[in-house]
This record gives sequence, C-alpha cells and structure tokens, in this order.
Amino acid sequence: MTTLDLEAKKEIGDAPVSSSVRSDRAAIDQQDRDWENGTLVGRTVTINRPRQDVYLFWRDVANLARVMENVERIDKIDDRRSHWVVTAPAGRTVEWDSVITEDDPGRLLAWESVEGADVRHTGRVEFRDGPPGRGTEVTATIVYDAPAGEVGRILAKLFQKEPKIQARRDLRRLKQFMETGEISTSEPPDAAPRA
Amino acid sequence: MRALTWHGKQDVRVDTVPDPQIVNPRDCIIKITSTAICGSDLHLYDGYIPTMQAGDILGHEFMGEVVEVGHGNAKLKLGDRVVVPFTISCGSCFFCEHLQFSACDNSNPAHKADMSEIAYGYPMGGAFGYSHLTGGYAGGQAEYVRVPYSDVGPIVIPDGLEDEKVLFLSDILPTGWMAAENCAIEPGDTVAVWGCGPVGLFAIQSALILGAHRVIAIDHHPRRLELAKSLGAEILNFEDVDVHEALAEMTGGIGPDACIDAVGLESHGWAIDNVLDMAKAKVGLATDRTHALRQVIHCVRKGGRVSIPGVYGGMADKFPIGALMEKGLTVKSGQTHVQKYSKQLLEMIGEGKIDTTFLISHRMPLEKAPDGYKMFKEQQNDVTKVVLKPH
Ligand SMILES: NC(=O)c1ccc[n+]([C@@H]2O[C@H](COP(=O)([O-])OP(=O)(O)OC[C@H]3O[C@@H](n4cnc5c(N)ncnc54)[C@H](O)[C@@H]3O)[C@@H](O)[C@H]2O)c1
Ligand SMILES: [Zn+2]
Ligand SMILES: [Zn+2]
Repeated sequence: MTTLDLEAKKEIGDAPVSSSVRSDRAAIDQQDRDWENGTLVGRTVTINRPRQDVYLFWRDVANLARVMENVERIDKIDDRRSHWVVTAPAGRTVEWDSVITEDDPGRLLAWESVEGADVRHTGRVEFRDGPPGRGTEVTATIVYDAPAGEVGRILAKLFQKEPKIQARRDLRRLKQFMETGEISTSEPPDAAPRA
Repeated sequence: MRALTWHGKQDVRVDTVPDPQIVNPRDCIIKITSTAICGSDLHLYDGYIPTMQAGDILGHEFMGEVVEVGHGNAKLKLGDRVVVPFTISCGSCFFCEHLQFSACDNSNPAHKADMSEIAYGYPMGGAFGYSHLTGGYAGGQAEYVRVPYSDVGPIVIPDGLEDEKVLFLSDILPTGWMAAENCAIEPGDTVAVWGCGPVGLFAIQSALILGAHRVIAIDHHPRRLELAKSLGAEILNFEDVDVHEALAEMTGGIGPDACIDAVGLESHGWAIDNVLDMAKAKVGLATDRTHALRQVIHCVRKGGRVSIPGVYGGMADKFPIGALMEKGLTVKSGQTHVQKYSKQLLEMIGEGKIDTTFLISHRMPLEKAPDGYKMFKEQQNDVTKVVLKPH
C-alpha cells in the first residue's frame, strides 16, 4: 500500500487516500497485486484510550469478533494467522485465512488474506496519538476484491451501495466497546449484537 | 406492560407491549411513577421529525423506582427513586468528559448513527423516545423503561421531595436553565423570550435567577403569558403588537441584549414568511417553520446573543444570515446537556429557590395519554403541562 499512498498523495495533498472522490481508482492501480476490481475503504475514529491499549486489543484478533457485526467466528491458527467466518447476505457465510504481514507494536498492523480466500483483501490499521489528552486516532484502510460467483454479486451489490458502511459501523462499535465496555443497542436482548 | 406508542401523524395509542429487559451490564429497569408530555413530543405527534416507526414508544421526561440493575452498575440499587435525563450519555467519551452530554459519541447504536451522520455531518447522541435518529430507544410514557448507561444519567432523589417537584429535572428545567446560561447574562441585561410554554417559562425563571435586569416574554396565549408575568416577566402578545417595535421601544431603542427562541420548528402566527414555510412544509420542500427564529435575530441588539433551545430538525430557507453577520451576533443552541445541571438544580429545588410545579395544569393516568396529546396540542392556552401516572 505504500506505493499506493505515495501515488495518491500527489493528487490529494494531506487528505487521506480514502477520502479521495476517486477512491475506486486510487486503490486499483497496483500492477504488482493485480486486483480484479479492488475497492478501497478507509475510516478514522478517535478512541479515548491510550494508544497501546487500543493496539493490544486489535492485536488479539479474537477480540474483533466482539465488535465486528458480521463476523461469526475468528479462530486463531498461530500468532500471525487466523481463520475468519463471516456472515454474508442471503444466509450464507464466507471464509478466509488471514495473516499479519506487518506488526509495529503500538503503531501499525497490516494483514492480508491467504490464497483461496472467498473475499480477497488486504488491510492495515494505524494507531496515532491524538492531540494531547484526546486519545488515539485509529485509521483502518482495506482494499478488497469482491469474490466471483453469486455470493460475490450479492456482496458487490451491498458494498457498492455504501462501501464504507460496514467499516464505519464496526469502528463505532470498537470505540463504544473500548470506551464504555458495552456496545450500545436499543434492541431487546435476543436481537442485540454480542458484547 | 402498557405504553404510549406512535402510529403516525396525530395517531398515538396506548398498547400492550413486551416488558423491557436488561441488555447491557450498566443498564437498569425503572418502574415509572410520573412521566410528562413535552413540546418536543408534539413535533413527533405532528410528524415533523423523520425516522419514526409505527409502534415506537414515546416519552423522554420520566422518573420512577429502580426495579432491576445490571451487574456492571455500581451506582444504583433496587428501590432508588430516580429522575432520568432524556439524553443518554456514556460518561466516558470526549464529549461526556467535556460535559457536552447530549453530544455523546457512544450512546447512539452503530447502525442508527448513520442517519444523523448523513443528515448533520456527525452522528447525534442517543435519547429516549425520540425517533431513530437518536437511537430508536423506547421511551418512558410507559409502565417500565430500560435505561442504558444508568450509572451516568439517573439522579437519585432524596426522600421528602415529591415527584412533581423533581420530574422536570429530566428535561425542561435544565433546558430552560441552559437556554438562559447560553445568554451569558450581564448586569443590566434585558432578555427577551419567545414562547411561554414550559421551556420558555423555565427560561424566564432561570434568566432572572442568573441576574437578568428584565425579562420580556412573548406568546399569544393569555394564560401562558399570565404565568410568565407571575414569574416576574413583562409580557407581549404577538397578536396585539408589532414585536420588533415594542421591544425596541421598551429597551430605549437599543433592543434586547439576549433573545431566546423557546418556540422551535412549529412556530405559530400568520406572518407572511410563516405562511410560505407552512405551504412548503406541506409539499415537502422545507421542513422547519422558522418565523420565531427570524424574529429573534431581527430583534436582538447589535452584538447581542441568541440562544436557541427550540428544536429544529432540517433545513430552512430565508434565514436572515445578513442580520446575523452584520449585527455581529453570537448564537448558541443544542439539545440540553442535562447531566451537567442535575446536581445544581436538584439542590436549588431542595432549597426552595426554584418552583417547578406552577406550570402543571393536568394530571391523568397513562391510559388517557392520547387525550393528553390532543389537549396539549389544541388547547395550549389552558393546557400548560400534562403529567401522566402509569401506575
Ligand atoms: N433543546 C432541548 O433540549 C429541548 C428540550 C425540551 C424542549 N425543547 C423544545 O423547546 C420548544 C418549546 O417546548 P415547550 O415544551 O415549551 O413547547 P410548547 O409547544 O408547549 O410551547 C411553545 C410556545 O411557543 C408559542 N409560540 C408559537 N409561535 C410563536 C411565535 N411566533 N412567537 C412567540 N411565541 C410563539 C406557543 O404559543 C407556545 O406557547 C420546542 O421546540 C421543544 O421541542 C428543546
Ligand atoms: Zn422534553
Ligand atoms: Zn459519551
């Protein structure tokens, strides 16, 4: 993603790549990766907790199943690898193995899906101190290829409508959980997301 | 349990619905002893606030007894008598830490927050019984209610203070107080208040306590104006006088130092701009009628302060941006940061410095709530505040 960042920065100044109005194009131009139709989504959220705490929460990937809406399970394979089972539309699930490709403790985590994933993707999350006393800024950036086949079509439709929506909601839930120990809901218990 | 539910424009009913349950560790369940109908509820009743769903339980001014407490709540215990702020606030986000409780970043559920983020740029905090923009939380015009983050909001009431003295700590009392505080009142100041509903009346009382030299109250309902007068305000009936001219003459040609819009988006009157707004609202072109706010901005003195507790939800056109800029006005607004004021106002009630009961005109059982809504809407002169008793 470094080449990508550098390329895009020329066009958009100090704004993050994900805010480019041409983000579809920005993500794709990576010959070495050769995405089918890569889509980039990115979002920043401020969490009122120390940087190290937020990093450690994310580093233990099993935690993410608590805050990500559609994640059914995350099984740890070893310290860097995990297996993800994710709910897809129309009662289906999609699965992949994910491997951590970069780990700069307290600052950065990057990962990518392993060959054969239902949804091929790569992502990184950066942790920066906010202004003094204002917690940690967490920026997640994900590039994904919608899968082929019927599930792919359904997913693509869903994401095209609002590609950032899932990242936005999941980061809100992460923030809620880390700041309050709960995930806000106005639904009765049987309908509530796991907390 | 029984609860007052919304079914459409001017269609509210008392239905039997499932009892609320504890969902999160910091929740509690309250058995409601008193709950009121608010001017804000009329905006829902009249269909001005989007994202309502049939069956939503209304009500954001309520108090009662704690009957169940989540395992993560160390503050409340069974049997506590509490008043619950209408704003739901987590207590630990940036906004809560800065006492901007109604801007809480965590209380609006993740998927509901999308709507207000799209509408306003950033999502609103959660609130009880006030559409899905503020989270879709069930309200308190009911026998029971679930209170999230209940170790932050609810105020425990000492024995000896009856319900009616403290109920309005939930909303309109701190709302009137914050409206006056937002006027940054200085010695010698004249404060003009548009609207003598509950919010306006409490704003008048608060402005005088906060040191206003004079308060001038504006409405067209004689009974409501009389209540304003009894608090110590001078009064104007906007049907009888030219409001701008009267205010200018009463303030030596200078204009009021601060003006409060305690009317909100359903402004009455037959001024030409208001008729146009109404026509547009009917065909869906503009959502908010802003006649009172335009007048506020027109009447306030140069360099004056404008405080807007009145609720607006959408867009308005013909907004007097010229007067705002050229006169160099300061504008403050917002849903009330209720929790910021709870302790201070409870003490003032206890010491007898604030009377909250004078505006209650009607008390009725919950089963009669639909009549209460109709009366509060149609007979504003006589019906100043309706308190419902669910048990
Ligand atoms: N900011 C908050 O957190 C908050 C909290 C509670 C209520 N509110 C809002 O405050 C407003 C007032 O609430 P309320 O319970 O007192 O409502 P209400 O409907 O009982 O009172 C409104 C009053 O305004 C008067 N009025 C209408 N048009 C006028 C005009 N052009 N000039 C002068 N007066 C006019 C009406 O005659 C009425 O007496 C509402 O918009 C309500 O939603 C805001
Ligand atoms: Zn209210
Ligand atoms: Zn908060």
